[in-house]
Amino acid sequence: MSEAKIQRPLSPHLQVYKLPLTALMSISHRITGAGLIMGTLLVTAFLVAAASGEAQYDYVMGLATTMPGKIVLFLWSAGLYFHMCNGIRHMFWDIGKNFKKAGAHRSNYYVLLGAFTLTVLTWVTVCGRLAG
Amino acid sequence: MSRHNNNEFVAPLKIAKGHGSAHEGAGHWLQQKITALAQIPLVLWLIYSIVGLQGASYAEFTAWMGQPLNSILMIILISSVMLHAKLGAQVVVEDYISCGCLKMVKLIGMKIFFYGMAVACIFSVLKIAFIAGV
Repeated sequence: MSEAKIQRPLSPHLQVYKLPLTALMSISHRITGAGLIMGTLLVTAFLVAAASGEAQYDYVMGLATTMPGKIVLFLWSAGLYFHMCNGIRHMFWDIGKNFKKAGAHRSNYYVLLGAFTLTVLTWVTVCGRLAG
Repeated sequence: MSRHNNNEFVAPLKIAKGHGSAHEGAGHWLQQKITALAQIPLVLWLIYSIVGLQGASYAEFTAWMGQPLNSILMIILISSVMLHAKLGAQVVVEDYISCGCLKMVKLIGMKIFFYGMAVACIFSVLKIAFIAGV
């Protein structure tokens, strides 16, 4: 009986377990999801301000163009793209694609590359419009 | 076991419903996926629009929102996002909060929170859109 107990596989305790990339991506999906919920608060605040009048709209737009505002917008876009790309991977998992270890590992990089490309593309466009 | 006499008229679903450990089957998962799928094009459209509206004045912004297509897509996106966020937050709460009593408070509170935000957003979009036309 005690012999069987010893043979039992241990669950990966977070304190001693080196997280593989797939696990890091998984928890990042949840963290970005929680962050995007904070984003919905900002969207609500922006829309309510814009509905309140021109002064409130100008105030919020002023906040968005400060350095902290720009950092928030950048992190927001990066988090959104990551959550979107990883979400698309979840849909492929749902239909049974890339579900094995090798496929799951490979698709880590597709997700990261997709999120990175979209973020860079967006901000290059933003900067291009600022310059042009 | 006389009640089994009617069995030929009872679908297996009727017997299974409400007895699983998850209580609601795949409904939660399916809603999460449908909203996610809808949000892919909608979010890309919104980001494209925001980049285009960069530094827009109040008049320019309200004129944009006043376009029926823009306000309609915004309302659809908001509805989808708030439901998606509520479902996601619910899973996080269910995973990390083990106290049953607190769990119910959080789950109900979350519904009020997200539906409240959806109402605030949709009302604001409509107000901006209606004013912009005047």
